[in-house]
Amino acid sequence: MERTQQHRQVAHMRQSLFDQGLLDEQFVQLEELQDDANPNFVEEVVTLFYRDSARLVLNIDQALDKSPLDFSKLDSYMHQFKGSASSIGAKKVKSECTLFREYCKAGNGEGCMKTFQQLKKDYAVLRKKLETYFQMARQVGPVETACRRK
Amino acid sequence: MGFGKHSSSSKISALVVDDDTIIQKIHKALLTKLGLEVNVVANGKEVLDLYRSGTSFDLIFMDMEMPIMDGLEATKELRAMGVQSIIMGVTSRDLDLEKEAFMASGLNDCYTKPLTISKIGSLLQKLKKKN
Repeated sequence: MERTQQHRQVAHMRQSLFDQGLLDEQFVQLEELQDDANPNFVEEVVTLFYRDSARLVLNIDQALDKSPLDFSKLDSYMHQFKGSASSIGAKKVKSECTLFREYCKAGNGEGCMKTFQQLKKDYAVLRKKLETYFQMARQVGPVETACRRK
Repeated sequence: MGFGKHSSSSKISALVVDDDTIIQKIHKALLTKLGLEVNVVANGKEVLDLYRSGTSFDLIFMDMEMPIMDGLEATKELRAMGVQSIIMGVTSRDLDLEKEAFMASGLNDCYTKPLTISKIGSLLQKLKKKN
């Protein structure tokens, strides 16, 4: 009984990530690639994302410190970052990337800086929530696919 | 273990060409799950090196933007070499002009990243019907 309750808690936690607009369908696509041969596939991909994107975050931070701003370079960095965020289904982070790029195209430095501050917060929040989710999921074991509603 | 068409496997052989390690991992897992034999390289030059060494693949999933040699240049070179493999462009670029330029380099078709099971499933169905 307790195990079923734990599974429900994990499923609820997972669903809340979608309901809060943090994740999209791409995350479900990753889950569909997880199987006995790759039991931690989703966590591995997310870990890879946070590892690789750390360099991009640093590059963008440094580029935003320069004067005058090189909007073309900023846009290029953010294009890469957006691509990676899309790959893991990080919906909110992705939309902030889009907004940032719009500010780049408009040459709006302040818009870029404000958006990036928010993006970094949401990026960190998502990381924490996913870490907690993966930890719980590992403890209770695989959830049946029947429970995988989005 | 073989590489591309030198492999003894009867599976469809696919090559993922992308410098993004996340995309490499996702696309390799996806194509493997669909039953393909998959290899990965990080840029267009590595694809050309493989083909010049005599290796070939049934399907190539070619990223547009890569360092050293991008997808457009690599595709043009492959077609100039007479390579008949199916080359599917994969890009995160939104603009039609950019996709059109990529298509004009010699692609069979172009997908938006990331690939999904349904996109590739449809492609494989078409290939089976064609054969």
